[in-house]
This record gives sequence, structure tokens and C-alpha cells, in this order.
Amino acid sequence: MKVSVLFFALFRERAGTSSAEIELPDRATPMELMTRLRNEYSLLPVLDSVLIAVNSEYVDSDAPLHDGDEVAIIPPVSGG
Amino acid sequence: MIYITSEVLNPQDVQHVTDVVRKNGNGAVVTFLGTIRDFSEGRNVLHLEYESYQPMAENMLHQIAEEVRSRWGIQDIAIAHRVGKLGIGDISLVVAIASPHRKDAFEASQYAMDRIKTIVPIWKKEVFEGGETWVGSPVDGTTTQAP
Repeated sequence: MKVSVLFFALFRERAGTSSAEIELPDRATPMELMTRLRNEYSLLPVLDSVLIAVNSEYVDSDAPLHDGDEVAIIPPVSGG
Repeated sequence: MIYITSEVLNPQDVQHVTDVVRKNGNGAVVTFLGTIRDFSEGRNVLHLEYESYQPMAENMLHQIAEEVRSRWGIQDIAIAHRVGKLGIGDISLVVAIASPHRKDAFEASQYAMDRIKTIVPIWKKEVFEGGETWVGSPVDGTTTQAP
């Protein structure tokens, strides 16, 4: 299955892109996606402090993903 | 009225956001402004760059308004958040909340600000003399605390 991954802020700068299409096994989890991203996009171990959103909703890192999901990697927020 | 904009938030916008929550049943209106400071954690700040995951950020602002409604019965809440490049003294955020009596308006405003700073996918990069940093992100093992 294929998911769209969105990078923001620090991760966007480190990844060198704001988005990527990633092929994953069916029902892969955000945790598995993060392992892929860590390796492929040279993101720092600070990924431990991220939240994951799928289709604009926060999810647990072990919730299975589905084909066509938009997955946002959310670093520590600082709005306001 | 809840929105995210890359346009400048000027005094007329602050007035408009405030006016939207003024209803005859409300005896208290609290308007909070977030503004850009010049000095942060020992750094001379030059400007800030705000970025958002806009669709989700708007959803989260609506969710916070719903939480306020549910917790205090307050119907009248308006939020405007600016993104893009902001200078010192600029307004980044306007939150206006109105209620019959002031206790609820003050409490709900504090709650809304705490929630905005916790769940809304908006990030700010501080550009200062000597460098830049994404506020709140660990940098080389050192955490930069959000102001």
C-alpha cells in the first residue's frame, strides 16, 4: 500500500522535502513507518518526541495504516 | 469565527474577532493577543517564521472551541492565528471569549491558550542574532523550551 507522508518544521528541513510517497506492507503501523523514515531521510533520533496524525487526526503509533492515508509527522508544536 | 491566515493581523482584525463574540447575554469579554517578543532565552530575536499543517490546525482550533463549549457552556469564542514571517511586536494570535460572568471567560481563555500550545499543529522558528531554532524541538540533545 502507499501512504503520503508530510514533513513539517525541523523535519521538513532535515528531510529536504515537505512530502513523500512511501510504499509499505498492508496494515503497517506508524511505528514501522518511522523506522523507514529514520533510515531513508536521515532524521535524527529525536523522532521519539513526535506525534503522528493520519488524515488530520492524532493516532496511536500502533494503529494500522491504510492505502491512501495522509500521514503527518508532527514534531513538538509551538503555536500561539 | 476560527481561522488561520498568512495576512497581517491588524487592530481592525482584533476588533472584529472581539466583536464577533459580543452578545447581549455576555457581561464579560476576554480578548487575548499573542505578540512577538524581541528577547527569548538570552537571544536577540530578529523575526519568527510560523508554519502550519493548516487543515488539521483549523480542525484542532475548532476542537478546542468545542471543548470550551462543553466545559463552560460558552458559545462565543473566536480565534485567529497568523502564519508566515512575523516581525517583533506583530500579533500572532487573537482569542476572544465571552460569557455572562468574568470567571468563566478568564478560565476558558487560559484553558484555550494551554490547548492551542499543546495540540495545534503550528510551529514557529525563531531567527535570532547568531542562528535560528525551531521552538520546542530538541537540538543536538538540548531542548529549546517554548516561551
